[in-house]
Amino acid sequence: MMELVCPAGTPAALRAAVEAGAHAIYCGFADETNARNFPGLNFSREELAEGVAHAHARGAKVLVAINTFPRAGDQALWHSAVADAEAAGADAVILADIGLLAHAAEKHPNLRLHLSVQAAAANPDAINLYAESFGVRRVVLPRVLTVDEIAAINREIDVETEVFVFGGLCVMAEGRCALSSYATGKSPNMNGVCSPASHVAYAEVNGAQEARLGDFLIHRTPKGAVAPYPTLCKGCFTSPDAKGEVQTGHIFEDPASLDATRLIPALQKAGVTALKIEGRQRSRAYVAQVVRAFRAAVEAADRGQPMPEGLLAKLTEGQAATTGAYAKTWR
Amino acid sequence: MMRILSDPSVKVLGRSVPLPLPPMAPLSMLFSRLMRHVLQRHPSILRRMGATAGSRFLIDVTDMPFPMLLEPSLRRLTVTTRRNPPPHDTEIRGKLKSFLAMLHAEEDGDALFFSGELEIAGDTSSVVALRNALDDAEIDLTEELATLAGPAGPALRRMSALLERRTGLSLSRHRVQEDPEDFR
Repeated sequence: MMELVCPAGTPAALRAAVEAGAHAIYCGFADETNARNFPGLNFSREELAEGVAHAHARGAKVLVAINTFPRAGDQALWHSAVADAEAAGADAVILADIGLLAHAAEKHPNLRLHLSVQAAAANPDAINLYAESFGVRRVVLPRVLTVDEIAAINREIDVETEVFVFGGLCVMAEGRCALSSYATGKSPNMNGVCSPASHVAYAEVNGAQEARLGDFLIHRTPKGAVAPYPTLCKGCFTSPDAKGEVQTGHIFEDPASLDATRLIPALQKAGVTALKIEGRQRSRAYVAQVVRAFRAAVEAADRGQPMPEGLLAKLTEGQAATTGAYAKTWR
Repeated sequence: MMRILSDPSVKVLGRSVPLPLPPMAPLSMLFSRLMRHVLQRHPSILRRMGATAGSRFLIDVTDMPFPMLLEPSLRRLTVTTRRNPPPHDTEIRGKLKSFLAMLHAEEDGDALFFSGELEIAGDTSSVVALRNALDDAEIDLTEELATLAGPAGPALRRMSALLERRTGLSLSRHRVQEDPEDFR
């Protein structure tokens, strides 16, 4: 059966994931070392140790995301995160930075290393470099590949692959996006925050809800319409087209979430080891519902049964789902 | 700013006359007592909120006659009015059903926000921190009230279960969520 890797932003969400059937849970420390550094979220050292014990007692693994890029001169925070994750009994750490990978490989030779999606390793050469240089055992593939491309990559590498099957989508090269830091000075890659809440402001203006990120008005949602996350990449902007005529729309990406449920059998056939659910910033209600649905789906795939669809529509951003690049017809 | 709902009123001779509001001070004392009880039983809430615990949250349950001002670091939850709300840093608006479902993890806060069932204004960091801290605390409103009620606790639990069945509101935490749909 494919491994189901599930998000947990809090100890309660971790327990909910375990209870709902997660094979592995990924989480992070409450600081800049992980890409979901949101207010009130994440784990202290003690909470991680308790979470690992809880998961292990029930046959689940815990992976610790330390997947931001350390600032020069401030590496100690990231180094201690790796050491503390190992001390807490984590089954693997998920890293993106090449320097941190080198550090972990040298100082923590018994710690299993996974390559974060933030490293954007999207071809066999890049993946093999990480595997040969640092002993990376699993790579989380960026959300830009088709199922056929994933199958082709798997034929040329000797490490496990993990792919996202549900949750928020990034349209940019992961780990390279500068939109959030352009608008706010804070980025997912360095500070662990995409569109930090400290820079988001909502207001009702003339019957519509306006969302601002920093100085930018990024959405004006009519009353009763579905609202997206306040990220620039999902923003609705007015700009001139090629003929100079003004148009308003989602310039970068429509606000929709990934739901690749129906592609699970194809991903299994493509040699994918693990399926990942996005959403450490979401509640334990989200975790419980999504994990339960996907656990049933991977069990159904294992038995060769058809995949269900549309069960989780309400939980998706924009309440719309897409199979993203996995089944893309565009280039 | 968000649109402020008017306080409850009735039409008398074609003119809108405000209904008398519930007695504010006793209700505020009761709510603040509950607040202190919850924070004592779940100290992680204030720890998770950090500096945002000092924020003032206007909680506007739109199908209740009054909004409430939540001040976590002061351990205070007071009743106020829509006409003259006190200064606040952030405002959260929605129906009672949505607030209770979110509290008991039957609905996801982001999903309620996507669908417009919950609206926020003001300091977004504080709202996110409060949501995450409450979600981790796994609060059960009925249990909080029952433990506060002492000897009347068992009767309160029975009354809550009855109310839950009658109204469909989520009044307690059910450990096992319902399957989205069983397709096994």
